[in-house]
Amino acid sequence: MTGDWLDIGWVDEIPVRGTRTVQVAGGDDIAVFRTAEGKVFALLDRCPHKHGRLSQGIVHGGAVACPLHNWRISLSTGEALGDDKGCTPTVPVKIDAGRVLICRASTLKAAA
Amino acid sequence: MEYRPLKPETDTRAHLVVIGNGMAGCRAVEELLARDADRYRVTIFGAEPRVNYNRIMLSPVLAGEKSFDDIVINDADWYAANGIALVAGDPVAAIDRAAKTVTTRSGTTKTYDRLLIATGSDPFIIPVPGKDLPGVIAFRDMDDVDTMLAAADAGGDAVVIGGGLLGLEAAHGLSLRGMKVTVIHLMPTLMERQLDEAAGWLLKQALEARGQTILTGADTAEIVGNGKVEGVKLKDGTLIPASLVVMAVGIRPSVALARDAGLAVGRGIQVDDHMVTSDPHVLAVGECVEHDGQVYGLVAPLWDMCRSLADGLVETPTGYRGSVTSTKLKVSGIDVFSAGDFSGGDGCEDIVLRDASRGVYKRVIVKDDRIVGAVLYGDTADGGWYFDLLKKQEDVSDLRDLLIFGQAFASGGGAADPKAAVAALSDDAEICGCNGVTKGQVVSCIAKGAHSLDAVRGTCKASASCGSCTGLVENLLALTLGDEVQAGPKTMCKCTSFGHDDVRREIVAQDMKSIPEVMQKLHWTTPDGCSSCRPALNYYLLCALPGDYVDDQQSRFVNERLHANIQKDGTYSVVPRMWGGLTNPTELRAIADVVEKYDAPMVKVTGGQRLDIFGIKKEDLPAVWADLNAAGMVSGHAYGKALRTVKTCVGSEWCRFGTQDSTGLGVKIERMSWGSWMPHKFKIAVSGCPRNCAEATIKDFGIVCVDSGYELHVGGNGGIHVRVTDLLCKVATEQEAMDYCAAFIQLYREEARYLERTAPWIERVGVEQIKARIVDDAAGREALRARFLYAQSFSQDDPWAQRAEGAEREHHAPMARFTPQEEMA
Repeated sequence: MTGDWLDIGWVDEIPVRGTRTVQVAGGDDIAVFRTAEGKVFALLDRCPHKHGRLSQGIVHGGAVACPLHNWRISLSTGEALGDDKGCTPTVPVKIDAGRVLICRASTLKAAA
Repeated sequence: MEYRPLKPETDTRAHLVVIGNGMAGCRAVEELLARDADRYRVTIFGAEPRVNYNRIMLSPVLAGEKSFDDIVINDADWYAANGIALVAGDPVAAIDRAAKTVTTRSGTTKTYDRLLIATGSDPFIIPVPGKDLPGVIAFRDMDDVDTMLAAADAGGDAVVIGGGLLGLEAAHGLSLRGMKVTVIHLMPTLMERQLDEAAGWLLKQALEARGQTILTGADTAEIVGNGKVEGVKLKDGTLIPASLVVMAVGIRPSVALARDAGLAVGRGIQVDDHMVTSDPHVLAVGECVEHDGQVYGLVAPLWDMCRSLADGLVETPTGYRGSVTSTKLKVSGIDVFSAGDFSGGDGCEDIVLRDASRGVYKRVIVKDDRIVGAVLYGDTADGGWYFDLLKKQEDVSDLRDLLIFGQAFASGGGAADPKAAVAALSDDAEICGCNGVTKGQVVSCIAKGAHSLDAVRGTCKASASCGSCTGLVENLLALTLGDEVQAGPKTMCKCTSFGHDDVRREIVAQDMKSIPEVMQKLHWTTPDGCSSCRPALNYYLLCALPGDYVDDQQSRFVNERLHANIQKDGTYSVVPRMWGGLTNPTELRAIADVVEKYDAPMVKVTGGQRLDIFGIKKEDLPAVWADLNAAGMVSGHAYGKALRTVKTCVGSEWCRFGTQDSTGLGVKIERMSWGSWMPHKFKIAVSGCPRNCAEATIKDFGIVCVDSGYELHVGGNGGIHVRVTDLLCKVATEQEAMDYCAAFIQLYREEARYLERTAPWIERVGVEQIKARIVDDAAGREALRARFLYAQSFSQDDPWAQRAEGAEREHHAPMARFTPQEEMA
């Protein structure tokens, strides 16, 4: 893999309203989400609250509910929604001919 | 076929060669001619042996509404009149950029000064076995339509693969032509790129009502046939007979020529704002290009591109800036519209209007006081207005409250305050269409003491059915009572104005079958619910439709999706079932082996007499389950809103005080009730004597054996609020104890609210009510028991075994792995 983007697989490998992960050696996983409308987002797989795995939460609208304490995290900004305060780092994503590409620099940062 | 201009070879003007005689290529030439008819000598090469026609209108031709002549854009006279040479039916096979020539398949070579590539798209053919069989076609050109018409004349079954716009149009046409049509769509909802889930679901309902069979979430495994197509086989083994298979799964920019010629190609042929490729002498336009990272498959951007291209060709460049697209179409007579970005997300607000009785769904997405997207179904009259507001990025804050009602209402000078609008209504204006309740009736009912939404629903029935007039009734309450309005019962969540009991009642009364259907019929205010309502709806449907309802995994909490308990470090704990708390050397050995093999840091005996293996990694779960399955153990459901454990004491077989075989009864009850989904977790215990060593009186259902039979206790809880059970009754035989247990579980499953344990449920409805249903009403009890056993016939399928065999593997394996060190090496 070279370039600024990492090809992680087909969009169709992520269930609609579901999540897959990318394992990053030596760092946090990256959670890759697909919404009901087919948009794909990626966040560090770590809730800002108690570090729950966001990849295991329920995806609804443009947010995911953390499985540990039901914080709602925006998929596009990583910010906690509602009254909760906190932010999870986002990883830029683009789709190219059905392939999901995630930003290499942000992924490296996750591994650091 | 070739149309020659009058004096081609003596013409000294610059030669513009166009590859592609479709909508983009000809439109570009038209735009050029309109600006400067004399500047270029034009030659157009087309792959099809036809003049330029409107590809979008192939659907009406298929449907029999139009003929080919009706959809011709430019006939032979146009080419002649404008001195354009058309080479149709002999496609360009190669471009030589150094020599500035193109060569056709038959070997004709032409030189160019400027070359325009407008090759459009190729249909994407999914690479399954049998894709090349005769009778398998795409839906792209007139030849495909001719093939379909011939097949329709012979009658029979057709399968359309792909539930997007093109596929549905093909299906509609074939259906009108008398074929029995099945649409196979990989995604869960139709047209997911243009429509959100709710609108896609409505479309599916409507098409099914028109006689088409729509299979969503269906993955094609192969196309079968001997010498010609005979059917389509899905990955789940279903075989659908077909004499015609239309593949309409998508299109890909047709870039092969450009790529072979060494032009810069990404997803499409890369062009700048003037549609110039990486070679300044070569331009490209239409579906084959990639502009600013975007490729387009709709017609509107193509017009924009052709204008910019022509401006550039006559040296008055304007520059193409990309297009915002909208889709407005009629599928099988149903109007749908979408525009912009309807994926929601941060700072986006959804304004949703659902009118179930008219089959209308409207959703406008607003961000920073501007419309960013819209999805309309059933009533698209305001599509153009929303699209206009979207493109102009107009501030809609003043229209916000009335926006969803459409242009006529929002900008027609009507009262901007919805409360004032309601106040202005006459007394005989109808508020609730479902129940025919007027404003006067609602106000008089409020005046007579109905001071809450629920009270109004309970008395005059306004807003008690579909709920779409809830806002009006709330406004009337506020107008009539001011601050004295009483808050109603808690709604299920902020997505709906209905409480749990109302939703459940309506699911059964209206025979609803899916989550999107519930959301549509009950006017959900969010497009796909939230993490509170989705799991609840999933449970209610599962309970109402045993064996019929397809569980929605994405509406399950993680533990129920992964069939293990998530721990705070992201690992899982695994509890195999030990019937009645009994185990044996084989099971213990298997558990010990799992602990060692998968490096589990802790094993603990639980309060429910099971062994809990901690620290299992998500990706190891299927292998762990396979190992436990091999020793005969199944899921213990320690993670679910489900039957957890049946705890027992040793009973009369060993204990000097034991009065009955409590262990044996516990095992039988666990065998009967395991695997059942419930509103919340459910624990059972059987104690062999009143000393009650199994702590049966703090369980959801507890049995205390006595000399003369079995005492049945219900509604206990050992949690934060300890609650001792209520005595339900005493029965004489083991069989009766089991029958009452089954009936009680089913009553709880059918009538408690999601996430309500038996203790608060019984406190809410009263134990007398439970006794009346289970003890006094023998027929009712038997019916409950029968319904429970029927539901159980579908649920006692070990989820671990299914997943150990590979089901839902994607839940466990990462999509990709990334090692920075390797990367850098």
